[in-house]
Amino acid sequence: MLKMENWSIKALTCSFALLIRWSVSFFDYSGAGKTPMYGDYEAQRHWQEITVNLPVKEWYVNSTNNDLMYWGLDYPPLTAYHSFLCGIVAKYINPDWVALNTSRGYESYQHKLFMRYTVFLADILIYIPAVLWIFNSRKQSSNDSYSFIKCILLTLLYPGLILIDYGHFQYNCISLGFTIMAVASLANCHDVIGSILFCLALNYKQMELYHAIPFFCFLLGSCLRDIKHGGFFRLIKIGFGVIVTFGICWAPFLYSIESTQQVVHRLFPFARGIFEDKVSNVWCALSVVIKWKQVFTRDRILLMCLGSTLIGVLPSSIDLLFRPSFKKFRYSLVNCSMAFFLFSFQVHEKSILIPAISVCLLLPDHPFWCFWFLQISTFSMLPLLIKDGLLIPYISLMIIYGMLYYNFNPGNNVDTRQKSDSTLWIYITERLMFCISTVGVVILTLATVLVPPPERLPDLFPLVISVYSCGHFILFTLYFHYCQFTVNTGISNKQSIKSDHNGKSKLDNTESVKSKIAKSKYVKIKKKKQQ
Amino acid sequence: MIGFWSMAVGISLFKLLLLPSYKSTDFDVHRNWLAITHSLPVRKWYFESTSEWTLDYPPFFAWFECLLSQFAVLFDPEMLKVENVDYRSYATILFQQLSVIVTDLVYVYGVKEFCALFVSKTRKSSEKEDILQSPVIYQGRNMSAAFWFATLLNFKHIYLYIAPAYFVYLLRCYVFQSNEEGRIKWRSFSILRLIGLGIIVIAVFTLSLGPFIILNQIPQLLSRLFPFKRGLCHAYWAPNFWAMYNIVDKGLSVTGTRLKLFSVKNITTATMTGGLVQEFDHSVLPSISPIITLILSTVSMLPSLFILWSQPKGVQSFVRALILCAFGSFMFGWHVHEKAILMIIIPLSLLAIDEKKDAQIFLFMSTIGHYSLFPLLYTQFESPIKICLLVLTTLFNFTSLANVHREAWSYTSLPLLSTIESIYLLGVIPLELYSSIGHYILGLNHTLPFLPLLLTSVYCSIGVIYCWIKFYMLSYSDKPKYGKQH
Repeated sequence: MLKMENWSIKALTCSFALLIRWSVSFFDYSGAGKTPMYGDYEAQRHWQEITVNLPVKEWYVNSTNNDLMYWGLDYPPLTAYHSFLCGIVAKYINPDWVALNTSRGYESYQHKLFMRYTVFLADILIYIPAVLWIFNSRKQSSNDSYSFIKCILLTLLYPGLILIDYGHFQYNCISLGFTIMAVASLANCHDVIGSILFCLALNYKQMELYHAIPFFCFLLGSCLRDIKHGGFFRLIKIGFGVIVTFGICWAPFLYSIESTQQVVHRLFPFARGIFEDKVSNVWCALSVVIKWKQVFTRDRILLMCLGSTLIGVLPSSIDLLFRPSFKKFRYSLVNCSMAFFLFSFQVHEKSILIPAISVCLLLPDHPFWCFWFLQISTFSMLPLLIKDGLLIPYISLMIIYGMLYYNFNPGNNVDTRQKSDSTLWIYITERLMFCISTVGVVILTLATVLVPPPERLPDLFPLVISVYSCGHFILFTLYFHYCQFTVNTGISNKQSIKSDHNGKSKLDNTESVKSKIAKSKYVKIKKKKQQ
Repeated sequence: MIGFWSMAVGISLFKLLLLPSYKSTDFDVHRNWLAITHSLPVRKWYFESTSEWTLDYPPFFAWFECLLSQFAVLFDPEMLKVENVDYRSYATILFQQLSVIVTDLVYVYGVKEFCALFVSKTRKSSEKEDILQSPVIYQGRNMSAAFWFATLLNFKHIYLYIAPAYFVYLLRCYVFQSNEEGRIKWRSFSILRLIGLGIIVIAVFTLSLGPFIILNQIPQLLSRLFPFKRGLCHAYWAPNFWAMYNIVDKGLSVTGTRLKLFSVKNITTATMTGGLVQEFDHSVLPSISPIITLILSTVSMLPSLFILWSQPKGVQSFVRALILCAFGSFMFGWHVHEKAILMIIIPLSLLAIDEKKDAQIFLFMSTIGHYSLFPLLYTQFESPIKICLLVLTTLFNFTSLANVHREAWSYTSLPLLSTIESIYLLGVIPLELYSSIGHYILGLNHTLPFLPLLLTSVYCSIGVIYCWIKFYMLSYSDKPKYGKQH
């Protein structure tokens, strides 16, 4: 009856994750009680108000009843439909919550409860099943059953996502959940389903474009590779799936070119600045030295962003396109989204969640680096979290997460003996760097909370935090690029030629088996020497 | 897998997360006590009645509050003013919460001492629990056990209920010795030890009550500690014998009225679960006076004490007697608070690891007992928390105990339990669904607002009574081997 026990451990993990999630939702949301604009919470409520009361045609259009300057809808249609659904329920419970125009800035205990529940429900229905699915489908390749529980737990308890969704208030779990499901179905070789799921993610939040290039390159690359074994037909199927999904999602807005244009225009507001607040990307970090807005025109900046992002994305995506394998695909998800985050135009600090979720998928292979990345990514949002009054949950979640990691990875110190000298040195340097970086995080957190900034530089700490995290992010990006290019190409090249539709998941298997054999051989040799 | 201390820190951090959550009136109670002990002289402590939450714990607890209040000044001096009734500033909340988290470390220490495999999470309602007594006795340090227990009694007099177990155990196993057959050796009576114990207990009580004896305030103090003016049952009926008694009474009165056996005039209005602490009379069955509850609880404790006296099998029998005493008082006590069920569950958890039979009862009892606390946290924001916590602890208990006792999961029942017991426990799910959702959908929340409470307490009381009987039978039948030869 091992099955049953496994099941109960999974249920334990999930209920623990839910417990932590809900306890964060006791805290304030963004813009609580701050007239006249409030925050993301009010934005979501406002979208419910708009979608419930106005016909579909007017959702994205400025009118007397829909002032786009006041939290106008600027997410793709799927978000609008979701708001519509929530709005109907809200209207049923209490019509005041979504009354047109009069409900602006509505806040109450009951309403907060309702809004928190909508996130909770979305999480339970989409994100958590997605995480269970992806690590379940990879279970065979991992050696022990604990590692898979560990990955589920570390992914579900990632503080950044919990703090933003349940504290700050957003529905990132939906789009990220769809993305994870898409990756999981690609892992199981359901290409069409995977691409449809990814389209859903894309139609929920346009930020998912960060992940679009790896998906595109991987699917195109693997189809082209197998062009003689029905790859072309597969490509057509995928393309058809994508077009149909988009068509259905956008159907109400396709009646005229202007209306479609209007929606697209709402989704990509280039009129805003190069970055908002203080973001841990390259532009913000360099703004310490160069004042972008004074030196260059907006179009110039746009071009620069576009160019640098393209250059950043190229290495990883070209590699994936010509040597597609599922492992490379996972690395590429991180690398491309990081390139977007570091270089693209109008990045929000919350956008780090998108690369972060693809880092979570690498947890089985690089637990240490992923954990480090996830901690830093949460830290990079500290100024935002403090603004929302989420300092206490931030601190407790960070410590809980760290402790979880260390309790689940006792092996970190054990197998140092088995490693050769050079790997041992790498190991020690990695740990040392991590310790120094953690001390930095602690000091900066304390300084931000306790030390009042000098009067001339009110943004000192947020800026230092973003430069500090940006440095880390560049390091992580380089590391994961290195991983992508060194992932055992010899085997994957041979395998990839043979591997057709069903080959990919086997690939992971054979790799791990081979490394296992190599390991056991190594141990045997060592034992003999000792004797 | 998970280190003990990181578990402790993790749980403390989790409690920190609950900072903005719902505070029961106990929060105001403790704030008021802080204020009383801080700003008034000792002689006024038990006379102060500005707030309705008067000081009704023994002196040591008052001193403890006094100690806490020394730190409270640093957070917010306003909270220490007696006039500030229902004062809830952010600093006050933070301080109170931290005080619970820190004093909980005492509990954690107790658990650590016991080398427990798991931490049973007490539900938070800003309640300071000191459950220090059990582990000490396990170390065989009987003298210090007496000291700690006497101290504990002066912290929270509710532990008076389990005092008989302590008394009998110490008398039997410390003052007297056993021979090889487990029989008592009357000659081994040691007057020195008896005097030693007596001195310790009296010393502790003198220290605690002494100042009030000098001030001649003992009657006032006692009237505060034992308020028999309150009703038989708490606003929400604790799942005990009286819950059943009430429901039978209610059923009889309703059927009686329907059948016109007696006139409507005699029936007191149905406000037994009316929310306020108040007295009421039963309509058909005889009303209960405090004396009856006292007699019944004593009678229900006697057999367990007798078992302990006749066949003490080390600490295990002691803990069993302790639990049975707690059970007895919970079953028949006057104005029992539903939180008192923790006094049963926590010692039970100590036994669950050793013996399979105890584990069975523990699993059943902890699930139903924790569920019976649900109505305490009635606010909507807390519902997911309490459900998740219950699922978490229950699943963890089942999984780990099934592992410890090598019991497999099967499709017909939960591990370690019979099918009927499993069905009963799973029956909690529809009950909770009904009381949290179904009741409102049916629109009965205006006509019968207290029906869910009533259902919960009756449903749980069936389980608790069942556990009680089963545990009594277990304690009786599970005699030590040498006892059976005679």
